[in-house]
Amino acid sequence: MFSNLDLRQLIFGRLTLEAIPYHEPILLGTFIAVAIGGAALLGAVTWYGKWGYLWREWFTSVDHKKIGIMYVVLAIVMLLRGFADAVMMITQKALSVGASEGYLPPHHYDQVFTAHGMIMIFFMAMPFVTGLMNYVMPLQIGARDVAFPFLNNFSFWMTAGGAALTMLSLFVGEFSRATWLAYAPLSGAAYSPGVGVDYYIWGLQIAGVGTTLSGINLIATIAKMRAPGMSLMKMPVFCWTTLASNALIVTIFPVLTATLALLSLDRYVGTHFFTNDFGGNTMLYMNLIWIWGHPEVYVLVLPAFGIYSEVTSTFCSKRLFGYTSMVYATMVIAVVSWLVWLHHFFTMGAGPTVNAFFGIASMIISIPTGAKVFNWLFTMYRGQIRFDVPFIWVMGFIPTFVIGGLTGVLLAVPPADFIVHNSLFLVAHFHNVIIGAVVFGVLAGLQYWFPKAFGYTLDPFWGKVSFWCWLIGFWVVFTPLYILGLMGVTRRTQHFDDPDVQPYLTVAAIGVFIIMAGILALLVQLVVSYFRREQLRDRTGDPWGGRTLEWSTSSPPPPYNFAYTPIIHDLDAWWDMKKRGHDRPLEGFRPIHMPKNTGTGVILAGLSTVLGFAMIWYIWWLAALSSAGLIATAVIHTFNYNRDFYIPAEDVTRLERERTAQLTRGVGADA
Amino acid sequence: MHERTAPPGATAPVFYEHEEHAHGDGGTLIGFWIYLMGDSLIFAILFATYGVLGRNYAAGPSGAELFDLRLVAVNTGLLLLSSITYGFAMLEMDKARIDTTLRWLAVTGLFGAGFLAIELFEFSHLIREGATPQRSAFLSAFFTLVGTHGLHVTFGILWLVVLMLQVRQRGLIAENQRRLLCLSMFWHFLDVVWIGVFTFVYLMGAMR
Repeated sequence: MFSNLDLRQLIFGRLTLEAIPYHEPILLGTFIAVAIGGAALLGAVTWYGKWGYLWREWFTSVDHKKIGIMYVVLAIVMLLRGFADAVMMITQKALSVGASEGYLPPHHYDQVFTAHGMIMIFFMAMPFVTGLMNYVMPLQIGARDVAFPFLNNFSFWMTAGGAALTMLSLFVGEFSRATWLAYAPLSGAAYSPGVGVDYYIWGLQIAGVGTTLSGINLIATIAKMRAPGMSLMKMPVFCWTTLASNALIVTIFPVLTATLALLSLDRYVGTHFFTNDFGGNTMLYMNLIWIWGHPEVYVLVLPAFGIYSEVTSTFCSKRLFGYTSMVYATMVIAVVSWLVWLHHFFTMGAGPTVNAFFGIASMIISIPTGAKVFNWLFTMYRGQIRFDVPFIWVMGFIPTFVIGGLTGVLLAVPPADFIVHNSLFLVAHFHNVIIGAVVFGVLAGLQYWFPKAFGYTLDPFWGKVSFWCWLIGFWVVFTPLYILGLMGVTRRTQHFDDPDVQPYLTVAAIGVFIIMAGILALLVQLVVSYFRREQLRDRTGDPWGGRTLEWSTSSPPPPYNFAYTPIIHDLDAWWDMKKRGHDRPLEGFRPIHMPKNTGTGVILAGLSTVLGFAMIWYIWWLAALSSAGLIATAVIHTFNYNRDFYIPAEDVTRLERERTAQLTRGVGADA
Repeated sequence: MHERTAPPGATAPVFYEHEEHAHGDGGTLIGFWIYLMGDSLIFAILFATYGVLGRNYAAGPSGAELFDLRLVAVNTGLLLLSSITYGFAMLEMDKARIDTTLRWLAVTGLFGAGFLAIELFEFSHLIREGATPQRSAFLSAFFTLVGTHGLHVTFGILWLVVLMLQVRQRGLIAENQRRLLCLSMFWHFLDVVWIGVFTFVYLMGAMR
């Protein structure tokens, strides 16, 4: 076996110059654009001498606020990538009808839809949600950081490493063509021998470590670090949904890790878990991957529900209606979400009893979800509603989500599902809930908490432009897809023979450009707001008349969040403090105990990414080297016992004085 | 900006904590428990996979033909004993005796290494007989489940060695006690998983 191993293979594995797709004009153009943009960005950072600043203040930071911001930046970058895939998919569909073949050959088209699904869920929605939870939850419970600040930094960099590896597949080799959940046996070595599925596996495994650890971290934070007086039933709803979401994360991500590990063994070692021969069972893969996959939907949507609850209550100037039922509804949704995975493959043939169980369980989820919708509506009822940008996202969310939920109940009926299974109706349904609930939710959260993070509100005009483009664009894209699905058009189709479908697909393609306008308006909003930041400045730290503790600190909050830990007497803690009159302490500050920054997270995640790359390309020596490096770095890290420091009392006093000065000026500016 | 509407005469409640309190263990133990739960879910998936594929012999050998129960019994004995000796180490830690703590930890590590040696011997024996992980879905599931447990024991031993160095370096300080407690939970957890493997894979497999 070793006789035909030449030196080149030993050094580079299966990586050759052929792996660089210079013969594909689309990829070449993308690469040139990315290279120019990347070079400009790196050049600018070097020119302004910001590397040291970025390394010290951001990359190695263990501050949950900075890590939260980095997560959201990653999510927005990956949104652009995933959206570019969406534009390519829908325009290809609209063009490739009848005699025309469109511009994407099947080989490329299959990579595009796989990448779109995988990136949007793992590297757009997940970092966005995690970023908001990371930033907001510790502030809402009156804590100074999360329970494990170093792990938090490490988790972020693992997520970023997974994203980087996935992006690399654009320019070195290719990406998976085996759908966003890498269905076996298509994803096995027999049918996908190339590097695509390996990119998929390693991108997810590396990011998955980060997600799991971040889940443990946020649960421990909620369990142990709530401010005095904050019993569980006095926690803001967003913290409850964070708890539920992370409880799901720590139970399902190990399943994903194990399942992908088994798939890797099939691909690398030649085992027979999910193969067609030697006793393998492909439906086992379907079950395992959806045991992860279904609760994942709720990992994303529950925090979004939390955001809607906070925003609704704040902008209706009213206590949330039905807080207790909201908490129970959240937990019931979380529990039942573990019991519905089989509805993704009713057509497997598990028999009527099994299908009936999972069908009914799926329908049951709509009950607590419906209760939530009524709670939001009753919060608005007789509230003093202010139609600021965060709130109009809620207004767009409720009707959109209700329709998405209803089509979901339809799909939960097994006989009906048999008719629309794997059709564009299904595609329209899950985009209806994921865009309508998750994306609208995180964008509402971005508009709502941006002033907390940066000290100025976002420009409302461009915010409204963005909202309307998103909302209208969404319906223009997906209404035709619902109709096509009912006509029996299947998903993942690169070419249509029947010209009757073209009008619908053309409308959908127009819609995707309306959404594109919405995304551009969002970027314009960020830029315009930055240049208008002095007019949009918020000196109070509480621009919306907030009710929860994050609004009690300055914007942006000091590194230690709270000079004195607040004591909680009421669910709407900050509202209670404002109403009953609190005196912000002005003196007697003490040194504050904080964790030190560390570069270990960046190093570990970097080595993991190298390990992933080496495994994808069969560069065994590099894989061994990076594994050894990983273990050595981790062990050396444990020999460092000197991990925290005290912010001196003088620094705290100085920062709090600045805050006092801002507040006194803020009174004038406010009136 | 904010009007005060507290009723006249009512004393405003205390809204800020002026005395700082230490945060206890800062959540390490609950965090580690959650980690162990996640890890046990990985094993749950491997057990379930074995449950589904465990009889798919693909005309190859079955468990009844392959397993040597006497060898596995010795192995099980070693791992169970190592849990007991780890317990002794923790008792010594409570009495703040560094040397005896280290001695019991060393014994634990040796038992663990013995366990691994026997497992590797068993694996190589199977592979030499042609019962490789590639032979059938049953053998894929068997090697993966037992091998994943073995991999955990390997990392447990590495962790044990590192901790022994740290205890020698800095003594039984609070951080090291916390770390020893986490490793103790990890070690006992591996023991519990092994009882599952022993029963579900070997005993029930030998009966088939």
